[in-house]
Amino acid sequence: MRRSKLITKIIGTLILGIGGVIMLMPFVFLISSSLKPAAKIYVFPPQIIPNPIRWENYVEVFTRVPVLNYAKNTLIITFFATIGTVISSILAGYAFGRLRFKGRDFVFSLLLATLMLPYVVTMIPIYVMFSKLKWVNTLLPLIVPSFFGDAFFIFLLRQFFRTIPMELEDAARIDGAGRLRILFQIMVPLARPAVVVVTIQAMLDSWNAFMQPLIFLTKRQVWTLALGLNSLQRFETGRDWTHYMMVLGVFMVTPVVILYFLAQREFIQGIVLTGLKA
Amino acid sequence: MKIPALFSTKPGRLPFFHRLGFEETIWGWGLIIPAVLGLILFKFGPVIASLYFSFTKYDIISPPKWVGLANYQAMVADAFWIKSIQVTLKYSVLFIPLSIIVAYLIALMMSQDLKGISVYRTMWYLPSLVPTVASAVVWRWALNPEFGPVNYPLKVLGLGAPGWLTDPKWIVPSIVLVQLWGLGNSALIFLAAIKGVPDTFYEAAEVDGATEWSKFWNITLPMTSSVIFFQVIMAVISSFQVFSVAYLLFGGQTTSDPAGPGNSALFYVLYTYRNAFGYFKNGYASALAWVVFIVIMLLTFILFRTQNRWVYYEVEGGE
Repeated sequence: MRRSKLITKIIGTLILGIGGVIMLMPFVFLISSSLKPAAKIYVFPPQIIPNPIRWENYVEVFTRVPVLNYAKNTLIITFFATIGTVISSILAGYAFGRLRFKGRDFVFSLLLATLMLPYVVTMIPIYVMFSKLKWVNTLLPLIVPSFFGDAFFIFLLRQFFRTIPMELEDAARIDGAGRLRILFQIMVPLARPAVVVVTIQAMLDSWNAFMQPLIFLTKRQVWTLALGLNSLQRFETGRDWTHYMMVLGVFMVTPVVILYFLAQREFIQGIVLTGLKA
Repeated sequence: MKIPALFSTKPGRLPFFHRLGFEETIWGWGLIIPAVLGLILFKFGPVIASLYFSFTKYDIISPPKWVGLANYQAMVADAFWIKSIQVTLKYSVLFIPLSIIVAYLIALMMSQDLKGISVYRTMWYLPSLVPTVASAVVWRWALNPEFGPVNYPLKVLGLGAPGWLTDPKWIVPSIVLVQLWGLGNSALIFLAAIKGVPDTFYEAAEVDGATEWSKFWNITLPMTSSVIFFQVIMAVISSFQVFSVAYLLFGGQTTSDPAGPGNSALFYVLYTYRNAFGYFKNGYASALAWVVFIVIMLLTFILFRTQNRWVYYEVEGGE
């Protein structure tokens, strides 16, 4: 009995370890290919450690590709979309979770129903709407909708707000605190884990977004990093710029990995929250 | 702290402040106004508009022209539509079971008290955070049949080296592979579920002399079945909506080119996107979108109807 447990532990460790190293290999490929000259990328046998190491790729890419402009657009979208999503979702999450009012449960069930709605169904009318507003090829279509809340985040925050004891809120009400003060000075700090999870997830969603930027941004000066990277493919540039694509890939992955290591606990908490509460 | 106790919630009787219903109604609706507007502007409005467009011919520049059921009838004769269904189904059939089973097995292994578990967790989870654009670039290189590192060991060992992103047969499996790279997220969801099973259940089973297998089959699996159910639903919904990875690897060329050799990467949503933003057939694209929407709704409905046959829900006290 004990021995069989030990054996499964050893097998588990081996599979998780070897498999884990395999899972990390693409990161190694990304970094190594970003340091190769174009001619050394498609060679046999594949080189893992580039020889020679070409640091110039990281300098040249800035002269060949408007990286800073792409990064600026991506950061603007990520920053404002995150603020918008977090604030509007907190307001609605609090109302759905803590206040009693007519129509609450009906509206909430409508909101939940939209979780099943595929984006492909709404994308054409939304595109028509933004093109009538002359917002296509501006960053607005990627920022403004986030100020109207996100159904999944509202749901998550509502579930969390509901677990906070009513007494805390009532005590503050007796002291004469207004609703908004209660919400932002008492409830939000108490719901900190859920708020952090929602913030991180909203940031990742904007940073990683591809389909929506692709639809709304067709001009180079408004492109995000993701669109800029995609445009470096051979059929658009006429050249093999795989090494520059890899450099941009490193630029896109690094902030995400840093964020993970800074907020590892919150990430794990987020998985538990999003996976189990739903 | 006597005062809060005075107002504590008793069943059937609302505390003092909650009886001031009017004030709460104003605040409640006030705080959800953005969300309600969002529902109307970005969800229900577009859904209705999309249904209307699906009965029209619409290139956005000129106003939509009513054509009745023509768009829906056109699908049946559209070879690309049929191809896109085949591609999407082939992907779903491979991806859904593989992603669930592999992620669950990984979670099972992680649930044993191993040394250095946080290192393994990080290794398996990190890929799921990588933006699709970046993962498409790396995998395009890694899966290159001639020069890529995936086929390298196969070639050295003299095994058959598949034509990953070039052979029509291997296109969908390649995309499944790329997507499976991101399974760490569901593995950690399963891990949390498995860890959440109370120890007392296992202790009781051990007293009865249960084997590891019977503990898994009779305790772990049923106790985590609701989470598995939820993950299956998510996998079904997501596999019908594959777009970015297919577009990045095969769909980005001019829309008149096939998506991958022999259109073997023409996923349903990619084809819909091409109709809308490539061919400006927005009426037809809306009809395509409605068909997949109805299919997703039906599948979810069916899965929910069958859930009490295989999903075990703990009876919780209280609520």
